[in-house]
Amino acid sequence: MSAPLLEVRGLKKHFAASGGMFAEKTTVKAVDGVSFSVMPQESFAVVGESGCGKTTLGKLVLALEKPTDGTVLFDGRDMASMSRRELRRLRADIQVIFQDPYSSLNPRMTVSDIITEPWIIHGRHKDPAARARVLAKLLDDCGIAKAYLPRHPHEFSGGQRQRVGIARALALDPKLIVADEPVSALDVSIQAQILNLLKDLQKERKLSYLFISHDFSVVRHLCTRIAVMYLGRIVESADSEVLFNDPQHPYTEALLSAVPVPDPSIEKRRKRILLTGDVPSPLKPPSGCRFHPRCRYLVDACRTEDPALAETGAAHFAACPVLPFKDKRSDAALVAL
Amino acid sequence: MDPVLSVRGLRTHFVTPERTVKAVDGISYDLLPGKTLAVVGESGSGKSVHALSILGLLPMPPAEIVAGEILFQGRDLLKMRAAQMQEIRGNRIAMIFQEPMTSLNPVLRVGEQIAEAVVLHQKKTQKEAWAKAVDLLGKVGIPHPEERVNDFPHQFSGGMRQRAMIAIALSCEPDVLIADEPTTALDVTIQAQILELMKSLQREYKMAIVLITHNIGVVAEMADDVVVMYAGRPVERAPVGELFSDPKHPYTKGLLASVPSIYERKERLAAIPGQPPDLGAAYEGCPFVPRCGDALERCRADDPPEFRLKGGRMSNCWRCESEAESRAHRFAQAEAAR
Repeated sequence: MSAPLLEVRGLKKHFAASGGMFAEKTTVKAVDGVSFSVMPQESFAVVGESGCGKTTLGKLVLALEKPTDGTVLFDGRDMASMSRRELRRLRADIQVIFQDPYSSLNPRMTVSDIITEPWIIHGRHKDPAARARVLAKLLDDCGIAKAYLPRHPHEFSGGQRQRVGIARALALDPKLIVADEPVSALDVSIQAQILNLLKDLQKERKLSYLFISHDFSVVRHLCTRIAVMYLGRIVESADSEVLFNDPQHPYTEALLSAVPVPDPSIEKRRKRILLTGDVPSPLKPPSGCRFHPRCRYLVDACRTEDPALAETGAAHFAACPVLPFKDKRSDAALVAL
Repeated sequence: MDPVLSVRGLRTHFVTPERTVKAVDGISYDLLPGKTLAVVGESGSGKSVHALSILGLLPMPPAEIVAGEILFQGRDLLKMRAAQMQEIRGNRIAMIFQEPMTSLNPVLRVGEQIAEAVVLHQKKTQKEAWAKAVDLLGKVGIPHPEERVNDFPHQFSGGMRQRAMIAIALSCEPDVLIADEPTTALDVTIQAQILELMKSLQREYKMAIVLITHNIGVVAEMADDVVVMYAGRPVERAPVGELFSDPKHPYTKGLLASVPSIYERKERLAAIPGQPPDLGAAYEGCPFVPRCGDALERCRADDPPEFRLKGGRMSNCWRCESEAESRAHRFAQAEAAR
């Protein structure tokens, strides 16, 4: 077993929030004690709904935010202890693909400038002939026509822009790509093109992905390991197929059952677990288990005791002391068929 | 059963001095009472413009309805005067939108926005309307409606705002509800709540729903019948089960194959190559040809008409010509489409 490429330990990010001049000072615990690791060439997904802290987690891994507590180790080295120069070198190895291909590309730059700018910053491929060769390969890999190079982002559709964003992320041959909802702004037929591209690139370039998403269908297609977040915490993590077939946390179970399936014959047979209410405000997370006000397996202890992640199976962790011991979930909309 | 809403050959174009964009270019369907018809398509397929055309909500100019009929209980909405339309819009035909924050008025209390429609259409007093607003908010599942009715939209979460929108739409017990991407802006657990609410209210009020969506999963869950749109036109129309089990049009096949499902892990998704066409550009033949893996020679030259198939289905692909019900019928269809 090789060493993890990315290791996150007890990571926390709290933001100061205040309701007004005289209001009490409060903190939003966007990320509140998250640990996981991503192996080389693994695609690791962080799944959750709006406000669960998944995007903040991505920013912490990219060193775009300073953690309140905890460590991020990349290739075994602590990112917090690095000098600016070291950190800059490291950034070449961790690149990002953003959700919105409209706002993440500079509208005044040509496609060529956008893709080659990282080389100028990091002083790579200075020889024009070599640069042209690498660029041609990169464009080819990402499915961008050479004729697009002198054009500007506004001339392209969302799918083509996302290809440019991907090419930019790959320009420095990174080891890890943080992809924050890279396909959620795209139409389904284009989404499929980009997902296939991400899969091909991973194989060819031996990439690892930290894939941040709210969409379980997309994640199942692309990722081998999944962590589910709720209110700043990981509530369950497992190998992808295991998680889909045997969720051990009530939140995961409800999330999976809420996803509509593109097949009416399955939809007719399926029962939904409807969660009541909304996600509570991260300003005032519930006591005990943060999921308890919406949970169908609630026991008294859940209101007071905050459960930690515990191993419930091979490489399968869940922060729920109740569900794994229920032997029958007969009415649950289990995903396994 | 007579359809409550019939759209016949509707064409909505946007005309500017530079060019004409054919946003909707010939859509027809029948909506039966109490049923849900899903109009599915990707961005720019014309699904939202078609909905706004029904209620006369498009700015004209630049929009122009160049052809077609929209029959509501047998009367053509397009021929109605503004005052007549006013009586139907929000009363007999109501609409909910994708973004509940931008479609609610931020400076009016939620209760006032619900009561407004009741006062206008049902000639109730303010007090009666307010009581009805409380009642409706409770019905759409807002806890403590008698207090929350005084809230402003920003005090509601996204899911609650969409519930409030539904309460406004239901205030006059409409015959038809047009829902334009009602759950797209919401998280999946909230989406499940809202879809469930729409289904139960549909049963209670016996409403017909036109559901506009790009989400194939939502179609599978909600629809009785489906119209698939591409480049401003319906390419296929079928009952939901048949559409998924036996899609006829290559675009429908491609669309269904490209959707990832939580039920199976596919090694590769069958993506449709290329991009949707520019609706302002002239084309010959079938607009899907550049992306079609199954095109015939004639597809490039001749624009296919709508072929009527068995089981009340329709597809406008030349490959379906041999299955079409009758030649005479086919010509009648082609004529009507023109």
